[in-house]
Amino acid sequence: MTTEFWNGNMAAAQAVKRARVQLIAAYPITPQTHTVEYLSQFVNDGELDARMVKVESEHSALSACAGAAAVGARSFTASCSQGIQLMSEVMYFTSGMRFPVVMAIANRTLSVPVNIWPDHQDTLVNRDSCWLQIYAVSVQEVYDLMLMAYPIAEDPEVNLPLLISYDGFILSHASEPVVTITQEEADQFIQPPGQTDRAILDPENPLQFGEVLFPEWYPDYEYKKHRALADSLTVIDRTFRKFKEQFGREYHVVETEGTGDAEVVIIGIGSMMQTARYAASEMRKRGEKVGVANLRTFRPFPEEELVKAVGHAKTVLVLDRDIGYGTSGMVYQDVTRTFYHQEQRPELLNFIIGLGGKDITPKTIERCLELGKPGFTGQSVFWPDARGPKEGIPYSEGLTA
Amino acid sequence: MGMEKYEKFVKDAKDVLTYPPGWSLDNKTGAWRATKPVLDHERCTECGLCWLYCPEACIDSESFDIDYDYCKGCGICAEECRPGAIEMQREETGEGA
Amino acid sequence: MAMKLKDVSREEHLSLGNLACAGCPEMLGFRHTLKVLGKNTIVINATGCLAVVMQMGVPKVPHFHVLFENAPAVISGIDDALKAMGKREDMNLLVVAGDGGTADIGLSSLSGAIERNQDFIYLCYDNESYMNTGGQRSGTTSFGARTSTTPIGSVTKGEDRPPELKKDMVEIVAAHHIPYAASASIGYPLDLMEKVQKAAAVRGPSYIHCHSPCPTGWGIDTRDIVKVAKLAVTTGCIVLYEMVDGVRKVTKKVSKRKPIGEYLKYQSRFKHVIGDEEAIAEIQRGVDENFEAMMAKMSA
Repeated sequence: MTTEFWNGNMAAAQAVKRARVQLIAAYPITPQTHTVEYLSQFVNDGELDARMVKVESEHSALSACAGAAAVGARSFTASCSQGIQLMSEVMYFTSGMRFPVVMAIANRTLSVPVNIWPDHQDTLVNRDSCWLQIYAVSVQEVYDLMLMAYPIAEDPEVNLPLLISYDGFILSHASEPVVTITQEEADQFIQPPGQTDRAILDPENPLQFGEVLFPEWYPDYEYKKHRALADSLTVIDRTFRKFKEQFGREYHVVETEGTGDAEVVIIGIGSMMQTARYAASEMRKRGEKVGVANLRTFRPFPEEELVKAVGHAKTVLVLDRDIGYGTSGMVYQDVTRTFYHQEQRPELLNFIIGLGGKDITPKTIERCLELGKPGFTGQSVFWPDARGPKEGIPYSEGLTA
Repeated sequence: MGMEKYEKFVKDAKDVLTYPPGWSLDNKTGAWRATKPVLDHERCTECGLCWLYCPEACIDSESFDIDYDYCKGCGICAEECRPGAIEMQREETGEGA
Repeated sequence: MAMKLKDVSREEHLSLGNLACAGCPEMLGFRHTLKVLGKNTIVINATGCLAVVMQMGVPKVPHFHVLFENAPAVISGIDDALKAMGKREDMNLLVVAGDGGTADIGLSSLSGAIERNQDFIYLCYDNESYMNTGGQRSGTTSFGARTSTTPIGSVTKGEDRPPELKKDMVEIVAAHHIPYAASASIGYPLDLMEKVQKAAAVRGPSYIHCHSPCPTGWGIDTRDIVKVAKLAVTTGCIVLYEMVDGVRKVTKKVSKRKPIGEYLKYQSRFKHVIGDEEAIAEIQRGVDENFEAMMAKMSA
């Protein structure tokens, strides 16, 4: 065990090496590209015994990974932004086939206007592709979560594709100290690749895959897939605990800080939650009871854990680094659904921040807290980053309870 | 086609659906036929062209007997038969599968 | 050595009860292809008629219906994954796709797989349109043909793209310096099977473009399918040849070509030109030019 100074892309690549991935297929796109470059070097140096498929598009990248999974191999790809949009069709295909492919994503917004900076639009628009979506807040987390990716995805109860998201540039390019694990330790934690009970393409046992299922039975199949995703929370939790036992670092599907007595709880995903934690601790120093609940997993959506985390807070601020055009942020939609049936329903406010890489600073979070104070306005969705009609007043819309 | 088979199939599927070879045998495609190839063994030279050109593979490679459970009646065998030993006859109602 | 009828394997790798139209040329060609490749084969099937009619376990070999455009990418992953796991051995990896899946939507993924020197056989069934969706024109639709998106109108009649612009898939893959590429026809099964044999022997990519006249889409009497497929060759519409390491050789020589009308008259997609001498002459001109251009490329 050593400490290295790595950026997020390197942390992802190093974890892929530790997982003894057998097939890598990826296509260049900023800010993910380094991951694949690092892996190419590992393969060409003989450090990683994998095949590299240098595909001609992201669509083909994920297709090649799916092909590898179809014969029982462990496969990996990395992408973001337009790349994920191009492979979107294959994302549905991969989950429908129940292939446990893992993808690293250095989040980046979607064009146009052209913008290479981070927000979560790229992964969140694919929220319904039946992939597990796990978000990292630091480079250490990128490494750790990538190490846990295959044990979760390949668990016989799951068998679904999984993506690990980390904000482009903020995590993909910034270097931080990372506590690493040895290959030996990794081999104890991650089962060897290429060993699966899944049905595979095998001339010894010829089966047919990917064929028609008629309407009469289609919903039954979809329900199973849906359950597998929802129930993967148990497997994730089990894996987190096993990881803690072996490596000491602790993970939860919802990570809380100061929520116990909080009157206001901030909810969100990604690197901005680090900033939120800092801002909240500063607020506490000023006597304001602010807590933070970081959604580690967005899919599966940890409803119960989230309700517990919010406790008796009166106000919940949902930070969305994305926008469901025409409505609200996408995380907010799931949070409101979660609390609608709760007896004690907090006021739920939504803040659209950090789109296209706009800096999220402690000031941004403080501004959200300010806007969320009771009586400030009667509306629920705020755009504090966009220049409002009057100096100091942001665009806001929607209905409150 | 047996829906019960599908029900069990979907219920039993652990994760992905896979179809075992030969399920299709339930599809007695002979029922589609409007005309029926009839082989005159007297005129047959056993050249094997009918067997070769049958898209269904429903002509036996030795006896050249036609499997009417599956023959769709396309008539390629009759057309390609050099000695003209196969005749297409209008299917009586109720024939086929 | 030329393959004889007696050499053809008696073993069938497709179960009875497929859902193809009567007289389906793809069934015929696929049946013959699998006879050569045998049991130790994995089939990746791009979306198209064949993928649909194979449902309910028709193939007795592993069969995977993937997406419309990604079959070559999926097989790349399989090829490399099996290599990584030390299981590649002498297994045949076969992609089957239609002309839409090959020449149109799947062209970039096919190009990528060939360029990466993946070890697989690609078999394209060319029925010159999107038959699975009801017969829309594709990049390989013949000049003058009526399809559901090139209907007979009062201004334009049938496919009006100049005949020489029809996508020539064998030559497109040839430009990739592929070790083996060939054109074939379901009308000449022994020729097709020989080519499949050669393709399977290649280490690396190989491509076979199999002309497959479609009774349903082209409006041909089912019994005439093989006859029409042969006429495509004997009129010079299709040239049967193979390209081994860049050297092109005709495999079915046609010394005296039949007039194109002989081929067109069996197909209702050309009904509008029957009796129209001028229109037939225009189609004939296109066929002649293409045939001569093809012959000029041949080494033997």
